[in-house]
Amino acid sequence: MAPMIEIQNLTKRFGSFTAVDGVSFEVERGEVLGFLGPNGAGKSTTMKMLTGFLHPSSGTAKVCGHDILTEPIAVKKVIGYLPEGAPLYPDMTPRAFLEFIAEVRGYAGGDAARRVDEVIAKVNIASVAHQRIDTLSKGYKRRVGLAQAILHDPQVLVLDEPTDGLDPNQKHEVRNLIRAMAKEKVIVLSTHILEEVEAVCSRTIIIARGKVVIDCTPAELAARSRYHNAVTVSVAADKLTAVRHGLALLDGVQSVEDLPSHDGAARFVLIPKAKRSIAVEVGQKVRDARWEVDELRVERGHLDEVFRELTQPAARN
Amino acid sequence: MKNVVTLFKRELKGYFATPVAYVFIVVFLVLVGGLTFKVGKWFDARQANLQGFFTWHPWLYLFLIPAISMRLWAEERRQGTIELLFTLPVTMGQAVIAKFLAAWCFTGIALALTFPMWVSVNYLGNPDNGVILASYVGSLLMAGAYLAIGSFVSAWTKNQVIAFVISVSGCFLFILMGTDTVLDFFAGWLPRAVLEAVASFSFLTHFQSITKGVIDFRDLVFFGSLIGCFLFMNAIAIELKKAD
Repeated sequence: MAPMIEIQNLTKRFGSFTAVDGVSFEVERGEVLGFLGPNGAGKSTTMKMLTGFLHPSSGTAKVCGHDILTEPIAVKKVIGYLPEGAPLYPDMTPRAFLEFIAEVRGYAGGDAARRVDEVIAKVNIASVAHQRIDTLSKGYKRRVGLAQAILHDPQVLVLDEPTDGLDPNQKHEVRNLIRAMAKEKVIVLSTHILEEVEAVCSRTIIIARGKVVIDCTPAELAARSRYHNAVTVSVAADKLTAVRHGLALLDGVQSVEDLPSHDGAARFVLIPKAKRSIAVEVGQKVRDARWEVDELRVERGHLDEVFRELTQPAARN
Repeated sequence: MKNVVTLFKRELKGYFATPVAYVFIVVFLVLVGGLTFKVGKWFDARQANLQGFFTWHPWLYLFLIPAISMRLWAEERRQGTIELLFTLPVTMGQAVIAKFLAAWCFTGIALALTFPMWVSVNYLGNPDNGVILASYVGSLLMAGAYLAIGSFVSAWTKNQVIAFVISVSGCFLFILMGTDTVLDFFAGWLPRAVLEAVASFSFLTHFQSITKGVIDFRDLVFFGSLIGCFLFMNAIAIELKKAD
């Protein structure tokens, strides 16, 4: 079966500035693709072309087999899209707004009403359904935007920063909603919250200066970090010197980095040679030497460090 | 067509969701009444027609119509809802036409609410109702032309104030073209054919010819093609400007 989304060499130029530069990738059903990149890297522009809002300068994309250039309306029918900032008509109520969306999406009468009811329940906005949208909090507005995007149960869901500006509870809710829909859909979401990628995505693409710089799973992304498999050790400050010195001599340890201490405990990180697993080795040594260690934690890798390294080449040194 | 109806309904309801609609209608009615009775001295003229009423329409529309049209696209762009609109399965043409028709229908409602004028003149005398009907049609057509210009201007900017000022200026130009001042100015050095071409673009010329009671095919074509032309340019303007 053909992939649900096929992006081929998509390029967008604004005057002399190239916002998106030959981006190509495919997304299959069941995937949740996290689209990462610094501000201005071309994430939103790519999404705007994919959803048919902007015309590409060159290249194209196919969504469920429909070409965005030749069948834009067919593409728009199969996509649900939450634009950046979740724009809504402020003088409507969520209910009236969603009824309007249902009508444009081709539902009428009882069918439309049922869809609207369902989606209002799904994103949990029943309590404000009859309040004007401009009186709603940011969290509610975002949920109305999300409701609008999923109303027609689209096969492809494109979400531009779905959790931006939400509080931790609201973020959690939105992520649960995304996870619940993930199985039967294709979801592309952009974010610059790295933890979000680990929380909901099955795949990550990082884009910088309009180009794809990496396409892998979040775990593989974390594995690129120099902290991958590193071990963080926390000991009482008076024992620091002995423990630090002893562990630094282990075979697998490349180097030791000190961390800021707090509450009288000193902390440092053991960086392994060639990112190999040193947890067993370190644990053994601690037991053999009978050191009292408060904490031993294996790091999966620092996504923000990988992100920086991939998106600003200058940071590499 | 179904999409046009859906978008049209949302737009038209939008006017009445805020006080803007009511303010507009009240201001329009007060101004048109004031100008007709106080400034135009309609009673003193002792004529059973509505000439003294329709005469003010081009000048009232000059300021009131851009006040409606300024928000059409500027607001959509400022709120970012234009992105929502054009990622729904609707075409550019449907959106442009639906928005225009809703605005036109709204001005039609305001115009229809001047019916007491028509009632009064029929109560006081025996006017030629054919002429009055033709004048209403002409006034509505002219309002459509103003709206199409305003809608086009609105597509270029996110700022409603700029949209208003430029629309007023643009519409003013279309009025001026037919006035004696402008025509006299050009009369000395422009060939007669060009002069007539300039005059033929004037709203005043076409509107006045309709208010005489004759709906000439040429006047219909003029307003119709002007509306069509500006809506077409409107669509192009949105396409060009929607990215920023």
